[in-house]
Amino acid sequence: MNSPHLKMPSFSHSVRDEAAGSKVFPTKPASLITSGSGNSMDQLFRGALLLSAVSVLAIVVLIVSQLYLQSRLSIHQFGWSFFKGQNWDPVAGDFGALPFIFGTLVSSMLALAIAVPLGVGVAIFMNEMCPRPLRNVFSYLVELLAAIPSVIYGLWGIFVLVPLMRQFIEPFLAKHFGWTGLFTGPMYGIGMLPASVILAIMIVPFISSITREVMLAVPSPQREAALALGATRWEMLRIGVLRNARVGIMGGIVLALGRALGETMAVTMLIGNRAEIAKSLFAPGYTMASVIANEFSEATENLYLSALVEIGLALFLVTVIVNIFAQGLIWSITRGNTARSH
Amino acid sequence: MNASYIGIRRYLVNHLATALSWLAAALVLVPLLAIFGYLVYRGFGSLDWAFFTQIPKPVGESGGGMANAIVGSAFILLIASCIGVPLGVGSGIYLAEYGRGRFGHLVRFTADVLNGIPSIVMGIAIYALVVIRQKHFSAFAGGLALGIMMVPTIARATEGMLLMVPQALREAALGLGIPKWRTTISIALRTASAGIITGIMLAFARVAGETAPLLFTAFGNSFWNMDPTQPTAALPLQIFVFAISPYEEWHRKAWAGALVLVVLIVAAVTSVRIVASRGVLKGSH
Repeated sequence: MNSPHLKMPSFSHSVRDEAAGSKVFPTKPASLITSGSGNSMDQLFRGALLLSAVSVLAIVVLIVSQLYLQSRLSIHQFGWSFFKGQNWDPVAGDFGALPFIFGTLVSSMLALAIAVPLGVGVAIFMNEMCPRPLRNVFSYLVELLAAIPSVIYGLWGIFVLVPLMRQFIEPFLAKHFGWTGLFTGPMYGIGMLPASVILAIMIVPFISSITREVMLAVPSPQREAALALGATRWEMLRIGVLRNARVGIMGGIVLALGRALGETMAVTMLIGNRAEIAKSLFAPGYTMASVIANEFSEATENLYLSALVEIGLALFLVTVIVNIFAQGLIWSITRGNTARSH
Repeated sequence: MNASYIGIRRYLVNHLATALSWLAAALVLVPLLAIFGYLVYRGFGSLDWAFFTQIPKPVGESGGGMANAIVGSAFILLIASCIGVPLGVGSGIYLAEYGRGRFGHLVRFTADVLNGIPSIVMGIAIYALVVIRQKHFSAFAGGLALGIMMVPTIARATEGMLLMVPQALREAALGLGIPKWRTTISIALRTASAGIITGIMLAFARVAGETAPLLFTAFGNSFWNMDPTQPTAALPLQIFVFAISPYEEWHRKAWAGALVLVVLIVAAVTSVRIVASRGVLKGSH
């Protein structure tokens, strides 16, 4: 494209301009006077931009108000007991969301427990240990891991991870760790454990990219000071980098938690979708997001639909709070340099 | 450093930490390679010409393809881009050029909130907003859900890129008497265009694989549909339906569809990376 950037816009020749201009600066060439029409175009331009910025606000307000309106019926009917009830019985019209809240929390926490050491380890590897030529390749691969759609993780989970769980991993865990009570009962392959594992794989890239970023934000004199005092590489990382970056790393972890809480497809395909609270991680569970995904289009009763939307509203509020908290933590380290997710 | 100099415990801990970080890297690569390897293995085995040209056959009949889902996805993504790109770029320009005050911070904060909304919740919200009113599922509703999800990514990318454009360029243009709007479009936006397009492609790649927001909006369809007011098939939706079905033939189709989807997304992410590595500002090198 070679359109001349600096050419005067043609509308600057409008009659109004010349009239307004000639009054004040009679000698000024008309073609240079753009303030009149330029100003009104500026107003228009700014107005259009303002409109799109306002629409971002409007969209969020609309989403919240729609979720509230659609869930009013259930909110009025059940009140706070909605979040304490264990019964989910669409036929009897009795709805309690506790099994879903339990499933969401357990799967997300378990996923974090697996993903945090991995994610932080990968970040340390990429920033400090990785041979330079490999660094780009590795960060590209981790980026790909973040780009795979949820439904494909679910597909892979059903056909690879679940048989693997059923035949090898779950029998192994039952044999050696069955005494904890967490690994007992029939081994279906699907259930809380594979859902958490797939969630963990999905959130590792988030944790590692933000950890890398906050580690890079630590001023290098911190490292140099530690090295000068005779620290080994690990001691330098622990004292000079990780200690300074820990708030930001926490932020990355909380951000990953927000992702895990709302993750739908892969979890729905692997968790088994049974609304009960079980101690064993082999048992099928259900999450807030997956009950919506599975039952929303079947919900014909108004109350049923309303109860599902209320779960959505609760999920929305929780993820918003978690995300705001995470942004605050990350911001306190990177000081306003927006944390990028890639 | 050797063990005798720093002490055996510190020496061991240092090497243990190094080994653990290598292990973490290896453990993360394993699922990635396993997913891609299995995807290529199963996907290529199931891909054929009919996959791209035919619509799904009923259960029990072999053959058929996902042509309607591929076209449906393209259609929904076109609608999404028509909504998400102007809104995202527009609010990004606003934030960069006018958004220093309190209102700008409010918009930035809201964009972050919008970015964090779980995709399934976006699906219900659009269902309540559009589908209940129209009284049926539609491609438009699906496109709207995905379009809204593109907005925060594009807005923040646009803002970031515009802020990287040197202020002196704008001042030079303004000093020549060019009005602010023209300066923004012809100087700032053009200089930042490569970076902004990168952001748009990332947002596009992100929503292209989204399934959850389409469940109750576009809904899916076993036949051709090019009417924006009617339910429409989409590739991720079709993969989901086929994956959870009990039929071997449909599983094969799901793998083929997954391979096509992943190839498209990887291509987008890779080209973004290539563009970004060359510098996102025009004339910056």
